[in-house]
Amino acid sequence: MLEVSGVSKHFGGLKAVSQATLSVPEGKIISLIGPNGAGKTTLFALISGFIKPDEGEIKFQGQSIAGRKPHLICQLGLVRTFQIVRPFANLSVAENIAVAAHIWIAKRTDALLKAAEIAKLVGMDGMLDQSAGALTIAGRKRLELARALATNPKLLLLDEVMAGLNTTEVHEIVDVVRGIRDTGVTILLIEHVMQAVMSLSDYSYVLNQGELIAEGEPRDITRDPNVIEAYLGHGAAKRIAAMEKA
Amino acid sequence: MNSRGQLLGLCVLMVILAIGPLLISSGRWIEFLELTLFVAVLGQGWNVLAGYGGQYSFGHAVFFGTGAYIQALLQFKFGWNPWVAMWFAMSGTTLIAAGIGYLSFRYGLRGSYFALITLAFAEAFHVLARSLDSITEGGRGVQLSLNQDPSQAIAEFQFNFAGPFLKTYGFYYTIFIILLITYLLTWLMSNSRFGAQLIAVRENEEAAMALGIDAFRVKMKAICLSAIITSSAGVYYVQKFLFIEPGIAYGPAKSVEALFAPIIGGLGTIVGPLLGSFFIHGVGEVAKEVIVYFVGDRPGVDLIFFGMILILVLAFLPRGLYGLLEMLWLRLRGKHNA
Repeated sequence: MLEVSGVSKHFGGLKAVSQATLSVPEGKIISLIGPNGAGKTTLFALISGFIKPDEGEIKFQGQSIAGRKPHLICQLGLVRTFQIVRPFANLSVAENIAVAAHIWIAKRTDALLKAAEIAKLVGMDGMLDQSAGALTIAGRKRLELARALATNPKLLLLDEVMAGLNTTEVHEIVDVVRGIRDTGVTILLIEHVMQAVMSLSDYSYVLNQGELIAEGEPRDITRDPNVIEAYLGHGAAKRIAAMEKA
Repeated sequence: MNSRGQLLGLCVLMVILAIGPLLISSGRWIEFLELTLFVAVLGQGWNVLAGYGGQYSFGHAVFFGTGAYIQALLQFKFGWNPWVAMWFAMSGTTLIAAGIGYLSFRYGLRGSYFALITLAFAEAFHVLARSLDSITEGGRGVQLSLNQDPSQAIAEFQFNFAGPFLKTYGFYYTIFIILLITYLLTWLMSNSRFGAQLIAVRENEEAAMALGIDAFRVKMKAICLSAIITSSAGVYYVQKFLFIEPGIAYGPAKSVEALFAPIIGGLGTIVGPLLGSFFIHGVGEVAKEVIVYFVGDRPGVDLIFFGMILILVLAFLPRGLYGLLEMLWLRLRGKHNA
């Protein structure tokens, strides 16, 4: 469904993403992990059209989308959420979701009905009239998810929708995300909450300092020495192996 | 208050404005109302782009002035009928707006940069109107000839020598109808897909783009609609005063009036510009009376008084008079329920 091949982006001398190649097959949940500053969000921005890649190819359903405008990419069915949530703060929850539904629904009343439906899907049905600016962090994350869903996406890019949530809230969101996948939406997610990554994703990519250093099933990834070093520092893998032997 | 509540309030106001003046015979008060509604239309033009769209223009005079100049020049130079000229005045202004919008939005100018570029355009047009003598009559301005034939009053869009009713109320109802149409247009916009997308762009442009909204196109539409509304005020001005000159058309006074009314009345609300305009002119009149009573006729003193009230409103009513009314309404209803 999504093919990213050899994509690079430099900011001045900094290689934010270099030669990234990954593929997201239809109907799966794929995760993208890596330490802070690894370039995960930049890669999302490249895929969703907010930043133009210096080189490389991005194909969505066989169509090249590299360098296309974000709203056009969204209209094709590829939508992203933001790590730092961006609610339309002066609008109600229903209005927030309805704006996103307007991408394919022309009538205001129909869009608001659709918004109520989507809100139910992410467990916000009691909050429709609340001002988005007054939501808690968990509420805002859900709203971010609901808005993205309202655009009727085929591929959903989720940027840390679980960061800052407590364990109960993480469990709830994990169920919501799985539910979304079951309706036929493919998902690529960036996540630090490993418990969620392990339970949700079918396949993982690990990014470090702009480069993909590992890929595979989540269970194997956590044992990959390259990955352990990226997170814990040089030599960590060896030390852990020695400790386990002892 | 939801949009239905706003519409209800608007309807009540409109009925009052439609009938009220018939009970007033004083020409001075009719003039006062005319001026108030005129600024309310000017303000709504600004409100569409800034209040709903978050694009703060500081040179809305460019739309008022261009509308007025086209309206005046088509009659003055080519003898066009004002009813015909008016469509060209509004569409010509819309073209100018599209040009300014394209240049600003294509290159992503936002916030104070957009304010500055619109201010610059207004000043540039000011200079052009003054210096392109052969086209605009330069600093002398354009003076239209007075129609003295009562039977032609409506055909000529001039009511000075019309029958007693038209002479007194003709221009009041002209600006009232313009107000009615432009406010209805704004209400329809705010409840449409386009309106929702415009507000989304105001709230967070990047999030709007991520959700499939073509921010550039939405802002272009908004600036065009804003120009149509603002230029209709220009058309009215020319027909009422039969005169336009560069300072009136493109000077900062009109730009400032256009933004004060909605800011005081309530940004991004339909009735905001009307409330604001009533407040500004009401306070202005009262200030004048009070000052004349206490210190005699000292021109300019009323402006100081006026400025102080403005600061108080801006400091304590961030959501304008509309916000204040809404708060009072909610408190009243809360008490009633409890």
